[in-house]
Amino acid sequence: METSSTAAAPAPPQFEGPAPRVALRSLDTLWFQVAGTLCNLACNHCFVSCSPTNHTHEHLPLSLVERYLAEARALGVKEYYFTGGEPFLNPDMEAILEATLQQGPATVLTNGLLLDPRRCQRLAAMSEDGAYSLDVRVSMDGYDAASNDPIRGEGTYERILAGIDNLVVAGINPVVTVTEVNVENGSTEGRQRFLELLKERGVSKPRLKILPVFQIGAEAERSGAYESWQHLQHGQVPEESWDHLQCSTCRMVTDQGVWVCPILVNEPDGRMGESLADTLDAFPLSHPACWTCHAFGVSCKT
Amino acid sequence: MSNRIPEDPAIKKARAQAKLAAHRGMATWGEKLVPLGTFRAAAQEVGRELAEAERVAEIRAHREPIAEMAVTEGPFDRIAVFGGVYNNRFALEALLEDARKRGADALYCLGDLGGFGPSPEAVWPLLESADVRTIQGNYEQSLSSGREDCNCGYTDPRDNHYAGISYQYTAERCSPEFKRWMGELPQHRRVTVGGRNLLMVHGSPRRVNEFLFDSSSPDAFLEVLLDQYRADAILCTHTGIAWHRRLPSGRDVVNVGVIGRPGNDGRTEVWYTVLAAQTTGNLAVEIVPLAYDHQALAAEMRSEGLPEPFVETVLTGWWTTCLEILPARERAASRY
Repeated sequence: METSSTAAAPAPPQFEGPAPRVALRSLDTLWFQVAGTLCNLACNHCFVSCSPTNHTHEHLPLSLVERYLAEARALGVKEYYFTGGEPFLNPDMEAILEATLQQGPATVLTNGLLLDPRRCQRLAAMSEDGAYSLDVRVSMDGYDAASNDPIRGEGTYERILAGIDNLVVAGINPVVTVTEVNVENGSTEGRQRFLELLKERGVSKPRLKILPVFQIGAEAERSGAYESWQHLQHGQVPEESWDHLQCSTCRMVTDQGVWVCPILVNEPDGRMGESLADTLDAFPLSHPACWTCHAFGVSCKT
Repeated sequence: MSNRIPEDPAIKKARAQAKLAAHRGMATWGEKLVPLGTFRAAAQEVGRELAEAERVAEIRAHREPIAEMAVTEGPFDRIAVFGGVYNNRFALEALLEDARKRGADALYCLGDLGGFGPSPEAVWPLLESADVRTIQGNYEQSLSSGREDCNCGYTDPRDNHYAGISYQYTAERCSPEFKRWMGELPQHRRVTVGGRNLLMVHGSPRRVNEFLFDSSSPDAFLEVLLDQYRADAILCTHTGIAWHRRLPSGRDVVNVGVIGRPGNDGRTEVWYTVLAAQTTGNLAVEIVPLAYDHQALAAEMRSEGLPEPFVETVLTGWWTTCLEILPARERAASRY
């Protein structure tokens, strides 16, 4: 990564023709970057470059989340997602989940390292008592240490599995989220190996979510940034195909305001306003990561 | 899409360590690191910051009623509503009898006539002769428009494999006339029961294949849908699991269930819904179990060579496929 010591901003990518604009059809999925960009890992494919020292976005306190939850009620939001960084680094995380589950279904995306037995018991109790479904999504990038640890950090494979074990003992069936950072992960054989691994760990109804990689953030360093042709132009994204673009139904809250989607939080252009009401208009698909969403029909939700 | 280059482990380790400290006072902006203050100042410049009154107006506009053309039918005192026939004429015959006994003035079917079961065309004369008022499900839309899949909205390859088998089986055995009839069915219907305006849809008022499960459909979300579609109740199906909720506003949302296969509850009965006017002005909503000759259905499915996991569902009441769509709570309650 090139380090700039001056305050000079990088030049925005230059494309021909205006980017297609996608309207927000309905605000169905509200994301919270609840741990900001702070993480106890520094995975080398992280599209938001989260790490223990990345304070680009800070933790969201319960009081701020509650303010957005109230606004979300008025807008009829259907589901809530919590990510980071590592959400369980946020000391308010469990209180936030508890408050959210009174209002709608919640999914928390975790790296699994902070899922000790007592926390898993508390999550199970919350899942039982909540008015709506609670899902815990645990990230893994390989079905063995040799393929996982080079991406997520040494020793993480065993620690993730220990977290999954604790969830299973508490009675929570996690959704294991796997990126195609190892290309074979998404293949039929790859999926099968993950499913078998989970069954071996006592997960009787294994659930998997496969995601492509976004060539931004740490991943751009690892595998190279987008090519100049990987961007969208006016007319390329007809209105009929908006349904597969998550920005037609989602927004992302961070401590720095409301952003269009979970992917573009490290692009100032991805910020749309301060309150949810500020962000109900259309968004231009001008970033090359928008190309990935369009080409692969990506949705960050489960 | 990978263009990875293998790296020397020592270099990799050094990079990993550098990365842990790289963001001290810095923020990632695109491909670069910039001082934190620079990023935040740039971000604050972008986006809108509306005045309070404008925000209220934006939210109101977001909840504005949506034009919806269904003509209102009725009024009726008591109706029976079912979804997801899935070629199960045995259950459909049982339903017509049961609904008559319960005194239903009108019968409504919320779509998905095909898939899963045997001999698709057999349900058509039953629906016609009993004057069942039917709307399109994703199945009818796909079959009548020649789509190559059922558009059920699955992402799991195993689910899509089995969904593909059912769809192909059904598509090959429906006559062009039956498909044309499906294409002419309305997408929504409205009916008055006891002075209440009920909107009938397949998945949700806004999408034919949207899943409305109990544990993933918040009150606030449903209230906004009811406002947008100006209804006192929404009746839907598509998920395969019946539920009813009376919202804080006093309005109702009912997933009426499906009669084509069991509700993933370990019972061989299937479920449909009877709605009746009450003198209190409320709607009486009863989700009723329906027993039918499921052994005969299983036998015919086997003789037609349909997948054994489908037959198992008929005989046990537990789903064996299409489980990925279930939210955590519904999945926890299922066998597989």
